[in-house]
Amino acid sequence: MTANEIREAVLSILSDIAPDEDLSQLKDDVAFRDQLELDSMDFLDIVMELRKRYRIQIPEEDYPALASMTSTVEFLEPLLKDA
Amino acid sequence: MYDTIIIGAGMSGLAAGIRLAHFNQRVCILERHSVIGGLNSFYRQGGREYDVGLHAVTNYTPKGSRRGPLTRLLRQLRIRWDELALAPQVGSEIAFRDARLRFSNDPELLASEIAQSFPSQKDGFCSLVASIADYDRLGTGGFATSARAEVARHISDPLLVEMLLCPLFFYGGAREHDMDLAQFFIMFRAIYLEGLARPLAGVRLILRKLADRFKSMGGELRLRACVDRIVVKDATAEKVVLEDGTELAARRILSSAGWHETMELCGPSHEARMIGGLSFVEGICVLDAEPRRLGHDRTIVFFNDSDRFEYRNPDGLVDLRSGVVCSPNNFVYDEPLAEGMIRLTALANYDRWASLDESDYRLAKLRCYDQVVASAVRFVPDFRSAVIATDLFTPKTITRYTGRQRGAIYGSPTKRHDGRTHLDNLFICGADQGLVGIIGTLISGIAIANQYLLE
Ligand SMILES: Cc1cc2nc3c(=O)[nH]c(=O)nc-3n(C[C@H](O)[C@H](O)[C@H](O)COP(=O)(O)OP(=O)(O)OC[C@H]3O[C@@H](n4cnc5c(N)ncnc54)[C@H](O)[C@@H]3O)c2cc1C
Repeated sequence: MTANEIREAVLSILSDIAPDEDLSQLKDDVAFRDQLELDSMDFLDIVMELRKRYRIQIPEEDYPALASMTSTVEFLEPLLKDA
Repeated sequence: MYDTIIIGAGMSGLAAGIRLAHFNQRVCILERHSVIGGLNSFYRQGGREYDVGLHAVTNYTPKGSRRGPLTRLLRQLRIRWDELALAPQVGSEIAFRDARLRFSNDPELLASEIAQSFPSQKDGFCSLVASIADYDRLGTGGFATSARAEVARHISDPLLVEMLLCPLFFYGGAREHDMDLAQFFIMFRAIYLEGLARPLAGVRLILRKLADRFKSMGGELRLRACVDRIVVKDATAEKVVLEDGTELAARRILSSAGWHETMELCGPSHEARMIGGLSFVEGICVLDAEPRRLGHDRTIVFFNDSDRFEYRNPDGLVDLRSGVVCSPNNFVYDEPLAEGMIRLTALANYDRWASLDESDYRLAKLRCYDQVVASAVRFVPDFRSAVIATDLFTPKTITRYTGRQRGAIYGSPTKRHDGRTHLDNLFICGADQGLVGIIGTLISGIAIANQYLLE
């Protein structure tokens, strides 16, 4: 997957978790927590959706990498390069 | 072999089922009754649709809010805010003999009512609210201390203490006289800081949403499937056996039937009987007009006819000193309900009701209905001449349809916050895990599923 495709994939997960949010306004460099008020349960859901959809495991120590769109895409690129 | 078997298709069981099915587990929900919903189900009688419970959904936050239990559970269950179509309350009231306080979904109203009726308590109320706003809704620990002590720390007028506690006890008190501190914080936020709402179509809309979601993700729901026992082998729950003899095996079992009820399914144990527990009668009056035409415009009225509110198992069949009057019509809907309706709740004694024989029971129900209505109209406009149909259910009714011991709507007085049991693959969720009410038990199902069943 390209960086752009990964971004779309993450957006699709976010719109699944927070269907009432208008994600077209999402700022890639600002933490999800601050923009969408995602809590720890929501972050766990991002991890589980990634596992469900792309069969990738993300160990707990890597969760901070999922803080914003930019850092998430960066983190996922090597993991999803063959997906 | 299922990944998880869930006992009970009430709020908590359905919520847990959705979480597990969404993440590809093989899940089966077993429900003893022929309809889903448990303590918050619905039924049809004399051509009319009735809700069993549902006065109001607590924890209302308007569309677009990103905080609070309602947002959290919508996200976890992948439900859009609009799908629940919640209409906020018009406004409610705490009505004691010598004082009245109105409150609504705007917390400022209650604060200003207190400032007016209890001027010396104004600052105390603010500090109480501040201490609650800080509290983490799902925090554990500190469950042992008293709600009464906490309120008294901020508020010195005993009448105001009683008035503030009354709605919280009625809508979530599993034990007599007092409430665990954490439960108090949760209830205070749920009712006074967030607020009350109702979907136009009542509880069946919520239930249909949940069941559809569960099934669309491959979950299996079996009605009229009463679990007779859980077969235990080497400290592990091996399988369940249904009343009709069917045996079903699963790696894990999650029970929403209640703590004692679940222990009873595991075999003889001193945990298999509930001690204490509070129950209620619920009267339903169908009216030939909207309640507001009769001068009744409040959503919910919590009443008590003296300065001291006693929340306990009454000595007689029912406690006529206090109660709750709810009008499902008095929410801000886009269109009116088909008929006017008033629902009445009063504390009731399970043992008294259970000891009556069939004809005494029927007679007692009729008498009780009249008494409860007469008690309520001391605090709301008299609507009796507008009543065209009635129903009343008792602690016995609740036990008959849900299997809940002692008709205990809020479950056992002792809660099991960690959701674990003596068996390593048997867990409990719902009212006995500690969170009560519709929103509370939905969150309970989600939390226990996430914590133990999703790995
Ligand atoms: C009259 C009344 C008014 C209420 N009003 C409100 C209100 O206004 N607002 C609010 O938020 N809450 C209200 N509640 C409370 C709220 O409905 C409950 O707290 C909540 O629904 C409990 O959900 P639960 O999942 O914990 O348990 P339950 O709903 O009891 O779910 C357990 C399920 O398990 C099933 N079961 C039990 N044993 C077995 C077995 N052996 N095999 C198979 N299935 C079994 C039962 O049939 C039931 O469906 C009210 C309740 C009542 C009765």
